[in-house]
Amino acid sequence: MTCAIRMMGGQVMALVKSEELPVRIEQDVVMARQAVRRLSVELKFSLVDQTKMVTAASELARNTVVYGGGGTMRCEVLIDGGKSGLRLTFEDQGPGIPDMSLAMKDGWTSGGGMGMGLSGAKRLVNDFEIVSEVGKGTRVTITRWK
Amino acid sequence: MWHALIMRVHNAIQLKNPSPSFVGEVVSTNNQGTDMPKNKSRIAEILKAHQDDLAAEWVKNLQATGTGKDSRISESQLREQTKEFLVLLSEAAAVGGDVHSQAWNATVDFLEDVSRSRVQQGFTSEETARFIFSFKQPLFARLRAELAKDHEAFAEETWAATELLDKMGLITIAAFQKTREDLINRQQQEMLELSTPVVKMWDGILALPMIGTLDSARTQIVMESLLQRIVDTGAELAIIDITGVPTVDTLVAQHLLKTVTAIRLMGADCIISGVRPQIAQTIVHLGVDLQGVTTKANLADALSLALKKLGFAVTRTKAAN
Ligand SMILES: Nc1ncnc2c1ncn2[C@@H]1O[C@H](COP(=O)(O)OP(=O)(O)OP(=O)(O)O)[C@@H](O)[C@H]1O
Ligand SMILES: [Mg+2]
Repeated sequence: MTCAIRMMGGQVMALVKSEELPVRIEQDVVMARQAVRRLSVELKFSLVDQTKMVTAASELARNTVVYGGGGTMRCEVLIDGGKSGLRLTFEDQGPGIPDMSLAMKDGWTSGGGMGMGLSGAKRLVNDFEIVSEVGKGTRVTITRWK
Repeated sequence: MWHALIMRVHNAIQLKNPSPSFVGEVVSTNNQGTDMPKNKSRIAEILKAHQDDLAAEWVKNLQATGTGKDSRISESQLREQTKEFLVLLSEAAAVGGDVHSQAWNATVDFLEDVSRSRVQQGFTSEETARFIFSFKQPLFARLRAELAKDHEAFAEETWAATELLDKMGLITIAAFQKTREDLINRQQQEMLELSTPVVKMWDGILALPMIGTLDSARTQIVMESLLQRIVDTGAELAIIDITGVPTVDTLVAQHLLKTVTAIRLMGADCIISGVRPQIAQTIVHLGVDLQGVTTKANLADALSLALKKLGFAVTRTKAAN
């Protein structure tokens, strides 16, 4: 557990909790979901918000395993002004995504999926950020505020 | 009972294990003059000479830390185990060498068996490790008494004994861990088989209650057994209940859709029940299209719809009290 206070756009944003989990195999996806559910409950998210965050985490964790060749998930509990939030960062050192707009398109998959994971996860959260570089890896950050 | 069996096996090992190889090893150790052969023999000597006293003190220590008063293991079992271990340890220590060498096989096997039986009796890893670690105090006390006049020897022997017992402790913990892992693996395999009950709800109606994580290995089995039962029974309608599935993401949705498609190809119909409000909302945001699949919030609603579809009518013949 770490604590930090950061200035963001003139506002005080506090990081009250941070943990990192490995996301390497299918079993880790289950662990990631459980960790996100536990933190969402701690933050007193509504049942719908808990389910949305857990489902988004499940999508991104599975992408990390299947396409990114494994990586990590960092969970951060944030306090920004009066509101609290949960930020998740999925990071891998995999092949990266060559065409981002294609990857973000509903129904596009390079494998045998439904191609709804990335775009769906984006719709399930408040903030969504994806950074990817071919040959270097991919980082997806999502935040859901209470 | 089980324990008695272990003891018997060990007695057999012990009997098969005596002098020839033992003498040979001692000679070679001395010839090579490996590090501190004198030390090994001192510990072995002390162990052998004071076996009964050491065992008694050890058991006393185990009792003081709680293991002796535990209903899961009787005092006589504990006594037997400590005694048996001391016999094996003093023999192995007399030979010396690495704990992974052949001379130590019987000792290591014995410890692993003790660990395994502790797992079966429901002990924690800490309680299991305590078996070895509570022997430290009696052994050190004995070393101090025996080597009181020779400070240097005392220091060396204490170090050697610490190293030895730590290694024994690690073996105990490793065996404990291994047994637990084997247990978990076996349970996982059993779960795969167990978790696919296909329930007959009515003539022509089957239900499949899904519980837990729908990983691909399990979903495959679940789907196959449902399809097989539809063939076997000629069912017209299958209800897949996902009340026990905590998360429905794209992978789970894809598995469900594949199953529904297969059921329809067989000429039967399908209802998915247990779609709680939060799951329904999440699926919508995720953007997954359930392609005209009939869904219901709970199993009762699904059954009543299924009965209606097959032309049954449920009527109440008596007013509720
Ligand atoms: N971490 C990653 N590293 C490399 N490529 C990725 C990564 N995440 C996603 N992709 C690429 O983006 C595509 C779209 O991802 P998305 O999660 O939307 O769909 P999918 O995983 O193919 O199917 P599903 O609907 O089951 O999630 C993937 O098919 C893959 O090619
Ligand atoms: Mg995906």
